[in-house]
Amino acid sequence: MRFLKFLIVGIIFGIIMAKSEAFSWFRIQEMFRFQSFHMFGIMGTAVMVGMLGVFLIKKYNMRDFSGNPITFYPKEKAFVRYIGGGTIFGLGWGLSGACPGPMVVNIGYGYLSMIVVFLFAIIGTYFYGIIKDKLPH
Amino acid sequence: MRIIEIIQQPWPWYVSGFLIAVTMLTLLYFGQSFGFSSNLRTICAAAGGGKFVKFFDYDWKKQLWNLVFLLGATIGGFIAANYLSNGEPVLISQETINELSEFDIAAPQGAQPMELFSWSAVFTLKGFLILAVGGFLVGFGSRWAGGCTSGHAISGLSDLQWPSLIAAIGFFGGGIIMTYFILPLIL
Repeated sequence: MRFLKFLIVGIIFGIIMAKSEAFSWFRIQEMFRFQSFHMFGIMGTAVMVGMLGVFLIKKYNMRDFSGNPITFYPKEKAFVRYIGGGTIFGLGWGLSGACPGPMVVNIGYGYLSMIVVFLFAIIGTYFYGIIKDKLPH
Repeated sequence: MRIIEIIQQPWPWYVSGFLIAVTMLTLLYFGQSFGFSSNLRTICAAAGGGKFVKFFDYDWKKQLWNLVFLLGATIGGFIAANYLSNGEPVLISQETINELSEFDIAAPQGAQPMELFSWSAVFTLKGFLILAVGGFLVGFGSRWAGGCTSGHAISGLSDLQWPSLIAAIGFFGGGIIMTYFILPLIL
């Protein structure tokens, strides 16, 4: 039962990804061609509202549902991994038109060929695990 | 117009963006953090990858909630397609339609181009490689960068984290390189 809330939030997230059309290859192409404000509006709004929420959580030391303080962990200071990994991610995003969340939303939506993309995303992650220590971070 | 008909239309960017932030904040309230690509690592670990690769040798069961979230997202896609859709194709700009037609990608009939996602496309070498390489790069890149759109671009930027800004610049840089320099060669 303690997982039920995550199932519900996940269902809502999946519906948002589909109804916002952010899960569509066409929308991602339109974004990278700067031919519509739609995707920039989605991400801009999400980040603005998110910033306000995080600011309020920190300002009022808000607690989560079980009474523990909500904590934010600063991400490790580095450069190469973020720009390198980010760029590779972006190449894949531009090609497949899907980041990890929208991949499974597409599968649920009925675009079953997205299973290929998702399986190879798992393989890509596994490959990172293998060569991790040889990569600069 | 009835409520269901309003919901069945595509949602405007400000509604969608707001709800994505609410999703992130709800997960914080539930004591977790929004980061979808962690699931890819969790799946590797749950499948026994930790026996062979140290990176996957950790207590992945703490991430079970995220796998449940992933299951939910899949169900959400199903619900959107079957109960919350008016069947209209994605409304992209005419400019994009024109540019994509130069690569023989037809105007949208649904959410995805059949030239790339139909089974007949998947069972060609080129079609298979586009999906496989695309997925591989997303999986590899997100782990190297330590997060994807949700973990960096939404969660990280909301928390004003410099690393996430660098990663987000990478996401866009990579996407632009793919769109302008590589897609024209392969499509």
